[in-house]
Amino acid sequence: MSFEEIKEQAILQWKIMQQSEKIRILIGMGTCGRAAGAEDILDALDQELAKKNIQVDILPVGCIGLCYAEPLIEVIKPGKPSVLYGNLNTELMSEIIADYLIADNPRPDLAIGTRGDGTLDGIPKLFDLPVLKPQVRISLRNCGNIDPENINHYIANGGYEGLAKAVRMKPQEVIDEIKKSGLRGRGGAGFPTGIKWQFCHDTPGDIKYVICNADEGDPGAFMDRALLEGDPHAVLEGILIGAYAIGALEGYIYIRAEYPLAIQRLQIAIKQMEEYGLVGDDIMGSGFRFHIKIKEGAGAFVCGEETAMMASIEGRRGMPRSRPPFPAQSGLWGKPTNINNVETWSNVSAIIAKSADWYASYGTENSKGTKNFSLAGKVVRTGLIEVPMGITLREILYEIGGGIPENKRLKAIQTGGPSGGFIPESLIDLPVDYGSLTQAGSIMGSGGMVIVDEDTCMVDITKFFLTFTQAESCGKCIPCRWGTKQMLDILIDITEGRGRLGDVELLQELAESVKGNSLCGLGQTAPNPVLTSIRYFRDEYEEHIVEKHCSAMQCQALISYYILPDKCQGCMICARNCPVQAIEGGKRMVHVIDQNKCINCGICFDVCPPKFSAVAKVSGKKPSDIPEKPIPIVAKP
Amino acid sequence: MANPPVGEDTQALLTNQESAIQKSLNEILHSYEGSQDELIPILQQVQHVFGYLPEPAMKKLAKFLKLPESTVFGVGTFYTQFKLMPTGRNIIKVCRGTACHVRGSAQILAEIENQLDINAGETTSDLEYSLETIACFGSCALAPVVVANNKVYGRMTVPKVGEIFNKGAQ
Repeated sequence: MSFEEIKEQAILQWKIMQQSEKIRILIGMGTCGRAAGAEDILDALDQELAKKNIQVDILPVGCIGLCYAEPLIEVIKPGKPSVLYGNLNTELMSEIIADYLIADNPRPDLAIGTRGDGTLDGIPKLFDLPVLKPQVRISLRNCGNIDPENINHYIANGGYEGLAKAVRMKPQEVIDEIKKSGLRGRGGAGFPTGIKWQFCHDTPGDIKYVICNADEGDPGAFMDRALLEGDPHAVLEGILIGAYAIGALEGYIYIRAEYPLAIQRLQIAIKQMEEYGLVGDDIMGSGFRFHIKIKEGAGAFVCGEETAMMASIEGRRGMPRSRPPFPAQSGLWGKPTNINNVETWSNVSAIIAKSADWYASYGTENSKGTKNFSLAGKVVRTGLIEVPMGITLREILYEIGGGIPENKRLKAIQTGGPSGGFIPESLIDLPVDYGSLTQAGSIMGSGGMVIVDEDTCMVDITKFFLTFTQAESCGKCIPCRWGTKQMLDILIDITEGRGRLGDVELLQELAESVKGNSLCGLGQTAPNPVLTSIRYFRDEYEEHIVEKHCSAMQCQALISYYILPDKCQGCMICARNCPVQAIEGGKRMVHVIDQNKCINCGICFDVCPPKFSAVAKVSGKKPSDIPEKPIPIVAKP
Repeated sequence: MANPPVGEDTQALLTNQESAIQKSLNEILHSYEGSQDELIPILQQVQHVFGYLPEPAMKKLAKFLKLPESTVFGVGTFYTQFKLMPTGRNIIKVCRGTACHVRGSAQILAEIENQLDINAGETTSDLEYSLETIACFGSCALAPVVVANNKVYGRMTVPKVGEIFNKGAQ
């Protein structure tokens, strides 16, 4: 069957589904949806529909990015716009079935928004909502719209058009188109993709490789997982186009073993491509030959680095080596190799299918197109977003993200994970592009964006990142192996009350030398959290060192708990729950915490009934009037 | 990550399993050709079957791939996925990613450590539970996250920790 015939069939199948007289329900079945209980919803839905004898087509789809509202379903009734419902539980599911599927009340009180032609009273259009309005979906174009396990859905929505176009072009023309689009590597470093391809293309050799880097390891990042789960073919098509342009006959997808669903969907997708002749010995009858394999990572953050990743694919310890030679000259098994990240590949397929000019119309002068971010931490609407480059952090946090829960104060926005840095509230109007973020001391990174509010201690969270990079340092080069360890030790001392004057300067000196002398990107960027937290939050370091005080109340060693005599009702709940029996007191006696026994676990603080709130959590100063021994409670007038 | 202490039970278990290990390993190796790039996939399969990398299996694997034993051991110890000691029947993983951290995963971990009376990276002496930390699950929107035997518990709180032991991990 030719691609044209395959396409015709796929479009027909899609149309029949769209025009079906049956009700359709799309259900978000990504990892996040499942974790939020989508499987329970699906079971409840099946049972309820069977009980009421209603015929409905149920379609599992990927993540549309509204993770805060998971589990999500979208109900499509013939002749009406679809209605999206979120934060579902089994009871709400039954209500929707009764009210909207059987009767005709779309329940505006439960609906998030509508999609498609037409309107429904009282329900806003989905893409008019603040969370979606500023977004542009290129990389995530199909996520949440199609069944990721059905290749026909992808093809019916323009899938593999790009590849069909590419194989009719000369490889150099494909490279030129990518160059013209201005696409830069989405894995973090932002190297121009077209130029990278050119290097590999120009290196002589019969055997070349392409690799898809799906080893998304930054804590706080889940863009690539969501994309692979929601639209694996968009990535695979990009890989094929790249392989064609470079002249590679074989490719690998290096993916974390922690992403079982993404792996499964990729396997299904590759199998379907084989059936359609979209991968193999004669792709689309063009004579282009390409085979692809999935390699599961085994849990090493450093394998996200290109040379370490290649070592791992070869079956060795995933340790980086010095460059040059660059992978484009001597990569996997010594052959020219091109590595791009998941998101980069998904943009490639869109660029070739549409055009470089179309893509370059989004974004800024030096950062074209869009970027995916996973918005997490202290933000109302956590989720997966795709925004045009140049959007400000303010728009992302307050419009898309809906601000910070409980009206807390923003402290910083962390981008780039352990390789990135903290951007303080004062720079909230910074545009998101490669240059601006680097200038602020952070990096674009792969797309993790974690919101940090006033309850987060900057020294503690810096320690958190260093704990991560120190543990993940492969140990090959000394600056990274020892530098991260020394920085971490100093940070531990500071957070545990052993900080000394001069520690901040020492940290800066160490950070600069690790940054400048490490072998690979892991070490070169590991000091970024230290440097930016000192640059913008030096006062917090000084507070910890000089006053032994943590104003965010996060550093356990600098916190004490006291029971306030005017509030304690002598209920004994705290004393019973104390794991180290540090609380003395009896019925109708003001309880007292023995500070020598107390381990600062905070359980007393958590269990004290809110109507009493008698346990005070303090850092630095002891509240006045705390008795030494239990005393009788004074009756209130 | 520290390995759990080896109790007498564990030792007995190891000896009994040796012949079973040989047999299963032969079955695993059957579908491989013997080139070095197969090392990690084979180790993954070995761990999947046994729950850890038994020493006799690694030795035999070295012969099969014509690699020094030290190379196989080196790869086995490099990646955090691989364990050199048996793990518990139930595996509880606490996410320590950034988003989980700012939403209190340290307290959740402490609570689980407390309830199981082991530290992260250890296994209870009855081999019932292993407790691990994971750098990031990529389910940050549901932070803090705990995964018990591949069931994901999102938006965890300290009081909800008990739920994991009640239904998830049994």
